[in-house]
Amino acid sequence: MPNSSTQNIQWRRRFVNGLAVAALTLAALIVLVPLFAIIGTVIAKGAAGLNASFFTQLPKPVGEAGGGMANAIAGSILILGIASMIGVPLGVGSGIFLAEYGRNMAGNIVRFTSDVLNGIPSIVIGITAFALVVLKTGHYSALAAGVALGIMMVPTICRTTEEVLLMVPQSIREAALGLGIPQWRTTLSVVVRTATSGIVTSVMLAFARVAGETAPLLFTTLGNDYWNWKLSEPTAAMPLQIFKYAGSPYEDWIQKAWTGSLVLIALIIGAVILVRFATNRGVLKGAR
Amino acid sequence: MRTLHKAPDKPDSVSEPPPAKAAPLPQKPDGFRSIFADVAFRSLVTGCAICVVAIVGLIVFELISASGPALHKFGFKFLVESVWNPVTNEFGALPVIYGTIVSSILALLLAVPLSLGTALFITELCPRRLRTVLSTCVEMLAAIPSVIYGLWGIFVLVPWLRDHVAPLLKKYLGWTGFFEGTMYGVSMLAAGIILAIMILPIVASITREVIIAVPHPQREAALALGATRWEMLRVAVLRNARTGIFGAVILGLGRALGETMAVTMVIGNTAKISRSLFAPGYTLASVIANEFSEAVGPIHTAALVELGLVLFVVSMLVNALAQLLVWSVTRGMPARNVA
Repeated sequence: MPNSSTQNIQWRRRFVNGLAVAALTLAALIVLVPLFAIIGTVIAKGAAGLNASFFTQLPKPVGEAGGGMANAIAGSILILGIASMIGVPLGVGSGIFLAEYGRNMAGNIVRFTSDVLNGIPSIVIGITAFALVVLKTGHYSALAAGVALGIMMVPTICRTTEEVLLMVPQSIREAALGLGIPQWRTTLSVVVRTATSGIVTSVMLAFARVAGETAPLLFTTLGNDYWNWKLSEPTAAMPLQIFKYAGSPYEDWIQKAWTGSLVLIALIIGAVILVRFATNRGVLKGAR
Repeated sequence: MRTLHKAPDKPDSVSEPPPAKAAPLPQKPDGFRSIFADVAFRSLVTGCAICVVAIVGLIVFELISASGPALHKFGFKFLVESVWNPVTNEFGALPVIYGTIVSSILALLLAVPLSLGTALFITELCPRRLRTVLSTCVEMLAAIPSVIYGLWGIFVLVPWLRDHVAPLLKKYLGWTGFFEGTMYGVSMLAAGIILAIMILPIVASITREVIIAVPHPQREAALALGATRWEMLRVAVLRNARTGIFGAVILGLGRALGETMAVTMVIGNTAKISRSLFAPGYTLASVIANEFSEAVGPIHTAALVELGLVLFVVSMLVNALAQLLVWSVTRGMPARNVA
């Protein structure tokens, strides 16, 4: 009798093990389904509208065939440019602070605040940019959108920069200081130089994160059907245009939304793959 | 540039036997300059760091000052009043808060088991070669912009739910009361599913980090005692990592609460509380997204900003909690490399 009951338990354990392994594998497979479903649909539906005029022409009014998103693409580049000009220096600077001078209470406060900033919903940052820039200047503008996206870039860049700077061995710092090089120069020409590829990675990741953001654009840049290069005027942006077209009842506009999505996804995923490739090859293998 | 002169200077003095010569007086002006530069550089990066703190302070300040009129007029009633009608100037946030919580919880229910399974599969079961491919795929899910999830939701997910899933749910689970009434497609259910897909990658990747942080000998010990693979995972890995995994879940909750575009596009945007998940709903973020730029009158704007304030406070609390939990497992900041 005892023999058969141990066998029974053995059998049950093996069965449960097999079941669990199968369930875990299944979970991983299920997670892949939406990824392929979304990317597949975007490619299938978006490719149909991909032509030269999409990249070169202004949107046409309803009913007229043709037209494109040229102004939205340009607007996105403008807004992301402003965002990078705000987010990159602030992020890299505070990352250097955390890595080089931040092993103390002040550093912990900054670290915590940056994580808090990372968790603030993008729409709330949009409200802040509205109150800070739009209300003060009296215009919906590309600048306001740039400020909102720039703020969103800071925490990602800051924490990743800290991480890669800390991966530079302490002995290199000591060697530089031992040569009599002042500390600021050690940091800039030795530590930051060594970690450059990691910092570039962090910037690209932050860029990819904000490039598709729509919520903070809704009431900062508002959108525009024409060309605009002025910082103080409403400007078109790709995610915003996609949102507008997606909610419309017109076949042609919906087609444009899919094509816009394809272009946007290609840009972002391209950037992410580039980053992955660079970090897998580079000196800083562990950097995310 | 001047300071460069020092670099060739010093090695000479080091290589000479008498060490007393190492710090001669002539270096003084140069040294002064470099100290000045050091201080300047340090203040520069400290300034950047202060900016980060100031930005968060500014966000809090702007939210509170801009929502002032609504805070004054409604007080705490704002949170429990259940009519949201801009036309009659009635602003009660309850249905909106309800919608936010229900859609987020639904998302967690769907996403947590899946992401836990995926994280375990990637770290413990999957062949090494497949590991990078799989984790890249999961991260890819995080790179897709919210508005594209929404687009896909409107044109693929919503019709599929309406035509294929809803009838089944109604037939077999209709008795629970969660799947009643007519399903028009845009609904709380659709929002929950979209949110689940969107928070999968963050929950999975943090869970993965936490699982990797569990020391290897724990696993070996369990296996050496004759545990099967699953028993090893349960006893050695999951039990040790549970605090961090809980943190990852809470972090996912934070993301779900504040997600805007995709939810706005599929939830139906109706400020009503209904038990059925087939009914449309509204969330804090989507009310702001829909009404902010065409708000009627200052009270409406202030009420919307107050919703933003509520959203900010909740997601800050949730994120702080999650951060603490994850830190307690992975030991916080990245370790300094001591070579």
